[in-house]
Amino acid sequence: MRQPVPTEHNTTPSIWSRLSTITDYFAWPLRTSHYLELVNPLWTTHKMQARVEKVWDETRDARTITLRPGLNWRGHRAGQHVRVGIPANGKHYTRTYTISSPPERNDDCFTITVKAIDKGTISHHIVRNIKVGDYLPIGLPQGDFYLPDANPIQPLFITAGSGITPAFSMISSLIAQERLPDTCHLHYSPHEFDVVLGKQLKEMDAKHSRYHLNLLYTREGKDQHFSEAQLAALCPDWKERDVYACGPPSLLEAIEACFEQAGCSRNLHIERFRAPFTEIPKDAVGGKVRFAQSGIDTEADSETPLLKVAEDAGMNPPHGCRMGICHTCNTTLVSGCVRDLRTGEVLNEAGSIVQTCICAAAGDCELDL
Amino acid sequence: MKTHKLPVNLTDEQIEDFGRELDAIRDEILDSRGERDRAYILKVIKTQRSMALGARVLIYASLFFLPAWGHALAVWPVMLTLLGLGTFMLGIAKILENMEIAHNVLHAQWDWMKDPEIQSNIWEWDTMSPSDRWMHSHNVVHHTWTNVLEKDLDVGYGIMRVTPMQRWKPAYLLQPVYFILLMLLFEEGVAFHEQAIDDHIKGKNKFADFKPLLKRIGYKIWRQVAKDYIAWPLAAALVAIPISFFVDFSPLAVFGIVAGANAIANVIRNIWAFMIIFCGHFPAGVHNFTLEQVEGETRARWYLRQLLGSCNIEGGKLFHVLSGNLSHQIEHHLFPDMCSNRYKEASPRVRALADRYGLPYNSASLFRQFGTTWLKNIRLAFPGGGEPYQRNPSQATSS
Ligand code: FES
Repeated sequence: MRQPVPTEHNTTPSIWSRLSTITDYFAWPLRTSHYLELVNPLWTTHKMQARVEKVWDETRDARTITLRPGLNWRGHRAGQHVRVGIPANGKHYTRTYTISSPPERNDDCFTITVKAIDKGTISHHIVRNIKVGDYLPIGLPQGDFYLPDANPIQPLFITAGSGITPAFSMISSLIAQERLPDTCHLHYSPHEFDVVLGKQLKEMDAKHSRYHLNLLYTREGKDQHFSEAQLAALCPDWKERDVYACGPPSLLEAIEACFEQAGCSRNLHIERFRAPFTEIPKDAVGGKVRFAQSGIDTEADSETPLLKVAEDAGMNPPHGCRMGICHTCNTTLVSGCVRDLRTGEVLNEAGSIVQTCICAAAGDCELDL
Repeated sequence: MKTHKLPVNLTDEQIEDFGRELDAIRDEILDSRGERDRAYILKVIKTQRSMALGARVLIYASLFFLPAWGHALAVWPVMLTLLGLGTFMLGIAKILENMEIAHNVLHAQWDWMKDPEIQSNIWEWDTMSPSDRWMHSHNVVHHTWTNVLEKDLDVGYGIMRVTPMQRWKPAYLLQPVYFILLMLLFEEGVAFHEQAIDDHIKGKNKFADFKPLLKRIGYKIWRQVAKDYIAWPLAAALVAIPISFFVDFSPLAVFGIVAGANAIANVIRNIWAFMIIFCGHFPAGVHNFTLEQVEGETRARWYLRQLLGSCNIEGGKLFHVLSGNLSHQIEHHLFPDMCSNRYKEASPRVRALADRYGLPYNSASLFRQFGTTWLKNIRLAFPGGGEPYQRNPSQATSS
């Protein structure tokens, strides 16, 4: 491969990597790892993969997948997430999921718990089609939403929907280490039957006297949405606690507002899931174009190819044929929306490859140029 | 109304219609890509890697049957059969790698999968030319300017006269020799197939201008040589050193056998690639174009030029895979970034379309295409040269 796939951490060269600089001479232009992959996909070093060991349906639309990561995996901290590559309909998608198992698990596996969301092709695909024995590309654990090494004084978890996963990992980790402090947990879900990991949560609640679980159902009659009054009622000492919140944006905003008003925002730790998609503007309009690497902002209409837009802005981006055949002008969509002028297809997924010579802005967009 | 200068009796409107119909074919096929196509390329890649590894192992294994070992099966016929099989397999693996995998990946045919491993911008291939250099000379220059004189360096590769439109020079008398040399040393030829080098030979630029370029090519060549002619042979020779105390066979000879087998595999690949590629644009009946003809070209006219300038080769399924589907050269030139396994379904549709518009569709057996390529090569080595063996005079190259 021309560029080594970037690894996300630096370790001192292992014996294996020193050996492979020699064996790679035999494998060029590939690496030894590409041939090891033929024997066992978990032995690769040029990328990391995980084998699906078990799939388990939590509710009718949520599934827990147990993954066995490859050799160069490193352990995670409870609450961290991981990027998972999923092939669906021939295309490769990347999604980020929280690791729902505690790091103390002793079989070298970890789990992710995925809920099929409305219109989410990928989450549906995971929930319905991934099977035992599949290999999925994964990244290393990332994120700074985790418990401090010193015990949090007394944690309060506020979670909703699949936002339960990091909290679940943290609580199970504290239990596994036998150092669970007095813990209060508010979890919101539409109905009783679709609480992700609900059975395990109730079991923990029954078994551990320091864990106080409050399950709140937002679509079963009375209004159970988050409010300060509700918080005060269920967890009177909420202002003294370390708060970990994860859930949909509307909930997180409400929580933030509430804590700000009470003047205790610094106790609050929030995990947000960033949407990888941009809303597609109704009528194909132009918009603001930002060239991230050059730091140039400019305006573009919906007809002018972005290559031309860049050139008019004084840049000299790579290009060849200028007619969509050579792919010299390929770049990455950082955010926003562009339209392929030949097919009318709209690209709105961050990370998509954009051929600037035949794509125009469709609303605001940012390119890696 | 007719403003174009192309050798066809179509009006501008008809050409634009023709272009729209091609766009429709393209869009329809591209829209239907899915899991099946991904499974295909993954399978080809896996097969190719297993085959390359298997071939290397077989070459090594053959060494245990050298007569010097003195066991019952250790005789030349057994040894040579295994060695031959391994070498042949390695050649086929290299062919698959170059043609069906790398050529097509580097055309961005598989970029749509967004698989971070199978992307045109990171793929490096098993040949002496660095991928990105080749992408420039091939994807940009050749595919944009297909068969246009003075623009497409692939027209004669700077050493041969492949159309009577090129002015004859005495140097062309030797072109049958170049032809054979290029066939045997094709990968080296491709590595040095650079506009900058061509310009230098014509005295248009200084050596310093492309020294960094030569360095990059040099590095790629070094790694190729290090693998095929040093690493693999050396490993065998090192094992042979202790063994040579007991059996009478020189480690140096072992080195030579393995290096030789690798060289033959590379030559097998070179000859095959050369044949398929030369049959794409040089057989009888193909058109070349002047700069004037492509002035103000629309996308539809660009399509038409690709059709007139390319030739298909007929054959079975395996033949298409081994030729990297460049046997569907016409479809490849019309839709260079369509994934290669789909050309066979585009082909009858393009052909029917060409028929309807009364356009030629140059498709014939490998024997005919390579044969007329040779004939043309020999004829054009000498001054003049229409194309006397032309089946249909109305298709003659206009100049
Ligand atoms: S410049 Fe050739 S594809 Fe954009």
